[in-house]
Amino acid sequence: MQHTISVIVENDFGVLSRIATLFSGRGFNIDSLSVAPTNEEGLSRMTIVTRGDDQILEQINKQLNKLIDILKVIDFSDGSAIERELALIKVAAEDDARAEVLRIVDIFRAKIIDVTPKSYTIEVTGNPVKIDAILELLRPLGLKELVRTGSVAIGRGAKGWNG
Amino acid sequence: MKMNGARIMLECLKKEGVDTIFGYPGGTVINLYDEIFSFKDIHHILPRHEQAGTHAADGYARATGRVGVCIATSGPGATNTVTGIATAYMDSIPMVIITGQVPTALIGNDAFQEVDIIGITRPCTKHSFLIRDVKDIALTMKKAFYIASTGRPGPVLVDFPKDVQIAQGEFHYPDTVDIRGYKPNLSGHPRQVEKAVAMILESKRPVMYVGGGAVLGGAAEPLTILAKNLTVPVTTTLMGLGAFPESDDLSLGMLGMHGAYCANMAMTHSDLIIAVGARFDDRVTGKLSTFAPHAKIIHIDVDPTSIKKNVRVDLPIVGDVKDVLTKMIKQAEKNKDKLAAFETALEPWHGDINAWKEKHPIAYKHSNTTIKPQFVIEKLRELSNEDAIISTDVGQHQMWTAQFFKFNKPRTLLTSGGLGTMGYGLPAAMGAQAAFPERQVITICGDGGVQMNIQEMATLVQNRLPVKIVILNNNFLGMVRQWQELFFDKRYSSTCMELPIDYIKLADAYGAKGFLATKPEEVEDVIRRGFAEDGPVIMEFKIAREEKVLPMVPAGASLNEMVLNA
Ligand SMILES: Cc1ncc(C[n+]2csc(CCOP(=O)(O)OP(=O)(O)O)c2C)c(N)n1
Repeated sequence: MQHTISVIVENDFGVLSRIATLFSGRGFNIDSLSVAPTNEEGLSRMTIVTRGDDQILEQINKQLNKLIDILKVIDFSDGSAIERELALIKVAAEDDARAEVLRIVDIFRAKIIDVTPKSYTIEVTGNPVKIDAILELLRPLGLKELVRTGSVAIGRGAKGWNG
Repeated sequence: MKMNGARIMLECLKKEGVDTIFGYPGGTVINLYDEIFSFKDIHHILPRHEQAGTHAADGYARATGRVGVCIATSGPGATNTVTGIATAYMDSIPMVIITGQVPTALIGNDAFQEVDIIGITRPCTKHSFLIRDVKDIALTMKKAFYIASTGRPGPVLVDFPKDVQIAQGEFHYPDTVDIRGYKPNLSGHPRQVEKAVAMILESKRPVMYVGGGAVLGGAAEPLTILAKNLTVPVTTTLMGLGAFPESDDLSLGMLGMHGAYCANMAMTHSDLIIAVGARFDDRVTGKLSTFAPHAKIIHIDVDPTSIKKNVRVDLPIVGDVKDVLTKMIKQAEKNKDKLAAFETALEPWHGDINAWKEKHPIAYKHSNTTIKPQFVIEKLRELSNEDAIISTDVGQHQMWTAQFFKFNKPRTLLTSGGLGTMGYGLPAAMGAQAAFPERQVITICGDGGVQMNIQEMATLVQNRLPVKIVILNNNFLGMVRQWQELFFDKRYSSTCMELPIDYIKLADAYGAKGFLATKPEEVEDVIRRGFAEDGPVIMEFKIAREEKVLPMVPAGASLNEMVLNA
């Protein structure tokens, strides 16, 4: 099962490699990982999308918590988080296909951010399921390049991660 | 007062109460060594190899319970410490390893003797630091010692670039330290403690399964009190030996691959296992799917990641084992009225256990012509002091020591359990002897492993560390040979040590004494003479070459499928 975990980390030297070493050393999967600074000085937030049964997810949580540079591990169980991802997609678009691409872009409220006579580059945001869906429609037209940020997630409700 | 970074480092160590360090000089720690030269408050011991220096710091830590400290230069010095660090990490030993590093401006340039030691050791350290500024030394060292020694202990590496050692700064040592991401949970939850005691009082076939955490957590005393108050039998892992007196009737001895028949049978038939600072390692559980099929499991550990890692757990208690066991004793006292009935209900269980003990005790066939290794261990136990510290190397002799020495006190057995590092025994004994100059320190080695750090004979002699080195010489890499005998049709591939070594001459070459026994009747005399010497000694015993460690649970088999006499 796929699972999204947010980790609040000290912006210290080597934090990212500590987490990567933990996942590779223990054979845990990383489907995606994104990291950037937060509003609090010195802290970064990582969103990790991983996979495994309950026991593995419990181990991942505990092992992350054990790392000294990690302040908090937020484990989003189903529905407790809003997830978003951004994708940049370069798709072949000539003749009839140009109109088809525009229709798809419109339906998904995506944006065209670059145009050439032979291609469109599209920017789309949404939850990962939505991104998978637009990709499925664009794929038959000829995907030339795809860049995804990986999910970021935030909890629902009024409270921040630390209250 | 201004001082250089090297001096600040030494002042930090002094503040942490460090009295002994093991270290080896080189280009990137030469400034540190220049300060050590005139720093009289810390005793510095020069091993003959950085691996041995790291094991010595580890042995010091295991024997004392304090943080062991060692130093190595950058590059090859640092990489030589890796085996020692991994050994300490696997057994949760508190250590601080200080490595020199090339000047900060050169880091990343493939400078002479530069390695990314933090990267290399990341998977086998509890944490690590690179000190980039002289202003950061004191706080970093405070954190390093705090992290190494609290929660589940472990080695912490501090990489210390040469320019930071030279830079001038002020020394202010912080009194306390607060690390936002590191708050070990030490206090066991009272509700869980209540539940645990209730579960025990309802059980009919309980066993306490005790690991190294009980030794590291200083929990031997409450463990013994609790087990005796409740009359619950106790088995320990290799790392747990000494946490509960093996002389006690409730002791089942060691469990697992080479554990006692009664211990493994008790685990298999138990209805409640109380795991204390143990981690259900594969050498202990055997085949997981048939492990303790009838038992509920209570798991007490300071490290939440140990819980439910390998086996299902019915009641987890995260906390310092000493704290939890002390609370359990109190909770049991509150249930005094139920104790008599509980103890009566356990009688059939004690009956089963005694029957298993009698049926297959840990034993061996004595010989009048060749020296049996088990006989040597028994004699060592008989003739050594009560507070002697025993270290072992890794192999058959290690298991014979675990089976036959009978440990009654914590921190008297130093052995590499998790990593199983050959070459550990001699330098670990050296570290223990440096910590306790007056105590008897004995290392029990095979002829294979002893050669992996034999150069430390020089350190022993130079520093007047009177370690007694016992070599059980079978001219084989015995433990591997045993596997080849049992599982590979006696194809002794590369396990015969074909060149016999004259260990007596070797001892002599280092300026130590050597004694040799080749016949059973010489064993006692050699031990007596060895123990009587003031200095370091080699006692070599030519033992029965193809003796096996038994009983044995073959790898992957169930605990109750023991090979008792093959
Ligand atoms: C550094 C290292 N290399 C290899 C091994 C694998 N190994 C485990 S026991 C053993 C044999 C040890 O032989 P010896 O030291 O003579 O002791 P004995 O088993 O004969 O008592 C070996 C090679 C190990 N544990 N550690």
